[in-house]
Amino acid sequence: MANLPILLDYWPSMFGMRARVALREKGVEFEYREEDFSNKSPLLLQSNPIHKKIPVLVHNGKPVCESLNVVQYVDEAWPEKNPFFPSDPYERAQARFWADFVDKKFTDAQFKVWGKKGEEQEAGKKEFIEAVKILESELGDKPYFGGDSFGYVDISLITFSSWFQAYEKFGNFSIESESPKLIAWAKRCMEKESVSKSLPDSEKIVAYAAEYRKNNL
Amino acid sequence: MANEVILLDFWPSMFGMRTRIALREKGVEFEYREEDLRNKSPLLLQMNPIHKKIPVLIHNGKPVNESIIQVQYIDEVWSHKNPILPSDPYQRAQARFWADFIDKKLYDAQRKVWATKGEEQAAGKKDFIEILKTLESELGDKPYFGGDDFGYVDIALIGFYTWFPAYEKFANLSIESEVPKLIAWVKKCLQRESVAKSLPDPEKVTEFVSELRKKFVPE
Repeated sequence: MANLPILLDYWPSMFGMRARVALREKGVEFEYREEDFSNKSPLLLQSNPIHKKIPVLVHNGKPVCESLNVVQYVDEAWPEKNPFFPSDPYERAQARFWADFVDKKFTDAQFKVWGKKGEEQEAGKKEFIEAVKILESELGDKPYFGGDSFGYVDISLITFSSWFQAYEKFGNFSIESESPKLIAWAKRCMEKESVSKSLPDSEKIVAYAAEYRKNNL
Repeated sequence: MANEVILLDFWPSMFGMRTRIALREKGVEFEYREEDLRNKSPLLLQMNPIHKKIPVLIHNGKPVNESIIQVQYIDEVWSHKNPILPSDPYQRAQARFWADFIDKKLYDAQRKVWATKGEEQAAGKKDFIEILKTLESELGDKPYFGGDDFGYVDIALIGFYTWFPAYEKFANLSIESEVPKLIAWVKKCLQRESVAKSLPDPEKVTEFVSELRKKFVPE
């Protein structure tokens, strides 16, 4: 019998969470291994020599790196259940565009909100709110970004929701007042077991971010 | 059913080149439209309101943005000929990883090589060579990055070759002496019609970069 896929991960990482959600959506049992960044495991360094980052999915002894790449791989390796993408090429291209938008625009902005202070934080907050409004507009009245089904873009974004409380606390603003539809979407996603099991408790994230701020700012 | 394909592009863009090559690999006829980036067309701004960048692929009136997404789209729509991505999920993941590596690492490093000077340029030059060596190592003894067939990673990378003489000129380096296998791979790719037709003359690119460099590095 084949060994379980191994996920090298780090509990607060919204990127790692994407891989967790994807695997659970497919009903794939996996072995979760927590990495210590001050002491990266030989398996991590060997599996991702280029970036040395998590998440890394090791399946049948072969590594897949970069969270969105892992999500796409999981979709293709276990195609029978809960497809993450629609079948139409144009809609697939749109899904890839929006996940790329999350990575290009949302990621940097959110880091500035919880990980910086002063002017940099203010600039980040502005970018963050702008990105959130664009995403909310793209969501429109659909239950999920993918339409009726939870999919690729939902997976790429929902993991950040575990950090919303941290953004609000350290950025001193309310995401719900800026973007009520996005909050409603996040709540809908959290009703899925694959999501609720994969995201850590928001309070733990707030404590983690507070510790980071104390040590770095 | 009519297949109307328009590509909004900018001739020296290594990103636009990817889409041109992909379309030609599939034998797709398309209308190439040159954009003036200082005076972007209403069509560009309408079709790519988020990033306002080229290339923009407009297929039957609907836009697809981001070069690497366009290449995947083209592969899926015109799936009958010259597959660009392999069919095995693991090999596909590897191809995506390397295209992402090129976008994340190579682009920034090459930019420092031509757009900066002094210490910043020296650091950029070092990163750039290291990245090329990593790519050369990944290529190994394979004819193409994908193995026997020209594919996704080859398409993602080959356009940067037209900028090589510019990098060599402004950073005073010889790319062939650093990565001879990569240059051999370049020559093999240039033999493909889809590539030869889609890449501008590197000399023209060097002239363009010279002009552009003046804005970033006033002499």
